[in-house]
Amino acid sequence: MADTILTVEDLTVDIPIGAGTLHAVRGISFDLKRGETLCIVGESGSGKSLTSLAVMGLLGKRIKRDAAKLEFDGKDLAAIGPNEMRALRGDRMAMIFQEPMTSLNPAYTIGDQLCEALHLHRKVSKAGAEKHAVELLGKVGITAAESRLKQYPHQLSGGLRQRVMIAMALMCEPELIIADEPTTALDVTIQAQILRLLADLKREMNLALILVTHDLGVVARIADKVAVMYAGEIVEAGTAAQIFDNPAHPYTRGLMRCIPVPGKTKPGEPLGSIPGIVPSLVGGIEGCAFRERCELATAACRKTVPERTAKGGHRYRCVHDIASAKVA
Amino acid sequence: MAGISSSESVLELTGITKTYQVKQGMFAKPKPLQALGGVSLRIHKKDVLGLVGESGCGKSTLAKILLGLEQPTTGDVLIDGQVIGPADRQRLARRIQPIFQDPYSSLNPRKSIEEIVSLPLVVHAIGDSAARQKAVSKMLDLVGLPERARKSYPGQLSGGQRQRVAIARALIINPEIVICDEPTSALDVSIQSQILNLLAELREELGLTYLFISHNLAVVEHLATRVAVMYLGKIVEEAPADKLFAGPKHPYTQALLESVLTPDPSLSVPDIHLGTAYPNPIAPPSGCHFHPRCVRAKDICSTKAPPHVAAGTSHVDCHLYRKSRNGKSIVSA
Repeated sequence: MADTILTVEDLTVDIPIGAGTLHAVRGISFDLKRGETLCIVGESGSGKSLTSLAVMGLLGKRIKRDAAKLEFDGKDLAAIGPNEMRALRGDRMAMIFQEPMTSLNPAYTIGDQLCEALHLHRKVSKAGAEKHAVELLGKVGITAAESRLKQYPHQLSGGLRQRVMIAMALMCEPELIIADEPTTALDVTIQAQILRLLADLKREMNLALILVTHDLGVVARIADKVAVMYAGEIVEAGTAAQIFDNPAHPYTRGLMRCIPVPGKTKPGEPLGSIPGIVPSLVGGIEGCAFRERCELATAACRKTVPERTAKGGHRYRCVHDIASAKVA
Repeated sequence: MAGISSSESVLELTGITKTYQVKQGMFAKPKPLQALGGVSLRIHKKDVLGLVGESGCGKSTLAKILLGLEQPTTGDVLIDGQVIGPADRQRLARRIQPIFQDPYSSLNPRKSIEEIVSLPLVVHAIGDSAARQKAVSKMLDLVGLPERARKSYPGQLSGGQRQRVAIARALIINPEIVICDEPTSALDVSIQSQILNLLAELREELGLTYLFISHNLAVVEHLATRVAVMYLGKIVEEAPADKLFAGPKHPYTQALLESVLTPDPSLSVPDIHLGTAYPNPIAPPSGCHFHPRCVRAKDICSTKAPPHVAAGTSHVDCHLYRKSRNGKSIVSA
């Protein structure tokens, strides 16, 4: 399809550690079209952040990335060299990190940092770059943008810093943005505004957006597609409505029961929980990684787990045929 | 304290203010920053008071004053009607204990779990070594940690287990009030629910009173019996939890509740008309501190401080409301 901008097939990320190899991402596949938002949900250690770093080519030298296919707009990301990757990054694909505090350089002004990408990729003059920066700062809702260019990161509040990060990602009008927990460090009021901004910009510029988060509320409100990750695998994927209205995988269902939902969970009633902890991903894992914590686990879960497809392309990985049992 | 009936307040704050002196340049004169501007609160026995507000509104300063880590500039902290002074910190600590946000930085990595949990007993010279060991065993069991965990170190435990250790440490000297400062926001969703359930169980079992500071309003709604909303060092609305969530009055409370993202895929991100411009606490806005961001602001809001409208167990500080004629409820002005 022409409007598919990113295709990932069988992506693995292996980290060599003292005792062996940590298989942080274990063969995941997804694709993304222009104008689409994919949310990758998962808990810490599920491999969601490494997946986004792997796509951006930002993994450390010792970390091994492998994929059957890793294509950005028809370009094979696995085959191109670091120089070509650097030319793409910040220009046609951009990343927004979680902590605006640590990902902005404290020694440079906001203006310098905003204009850098444009200098680098587009050879735009300083005045031209600054003009564009002011325009974008206005777009992300920063008032008095001109005077902000001369300020340093520490002079801005957390919400403003995160807006600067977004403006920075937009400088070269990228086609793909990956945002890793862009609102986790922010107040709820600011969070709603930043998410709205991202959703508006996505529509306006026909961006493809990957949002990595653990907040199911954020996912439900902004995602077109959802991928639920557990222990380095995508255990369930589908549209937001499919995932939230008919979760199939026992892990996804467990997660939904863990969060208090105003109007649905009765105040004071015990919340659902998932016993146990995420298994170690060092060495190989046979069968379903979730079986130790799963209430449906049987002996069959030790063997290879099939990928099942339910109605409307809703996919999940489980030994049990949960979705069709429920639909029927 | 068996003698206290459930309606009596255990903890009371009267007109607490806290002013810091902030220097804005090497040779500049320090300027006063009012972190708390006259906070009065009552926490009743077995209540869970949820304290909500944006970062920088003074929630943590209030917690520090309650723990005796800071002294208020003016105002009093009362426990069972008795004023607690600076010299009573030891006594205060026996009755009020904290649980902090980040179980990765709030536990000493070089001490074993047994040492960490028993430290309050050592500090307050309670019991001998055998009694302390027994108390630790009992506590670990109560918070759901296996007995073998006592010889472990924080680095060997998961985030959820560490938070259980922090809870055990807070509860081992039988405090009545526990200050929970964002106790679950550093934890994963599946672990968060376990800790919230544990806190609810312990409150029931031990008759604890919580001050629950959180920015996650869904969690506050789930756990709290009363809610206080803070804005720029003042409590702008306080009410029983069910009332506040069913009918928020202050425009700021309304905006906060609107910004909660419930996991409903049929809804989009709400459009809350609340500028991002959190006011500068060194030069707070005139009149009602909230008026520059308020969609319902009138002329009077920028000139006159809002009235304190109280009825029953609720109050709201806002020009938009007044007491009803019979004095029993708060109605639109």
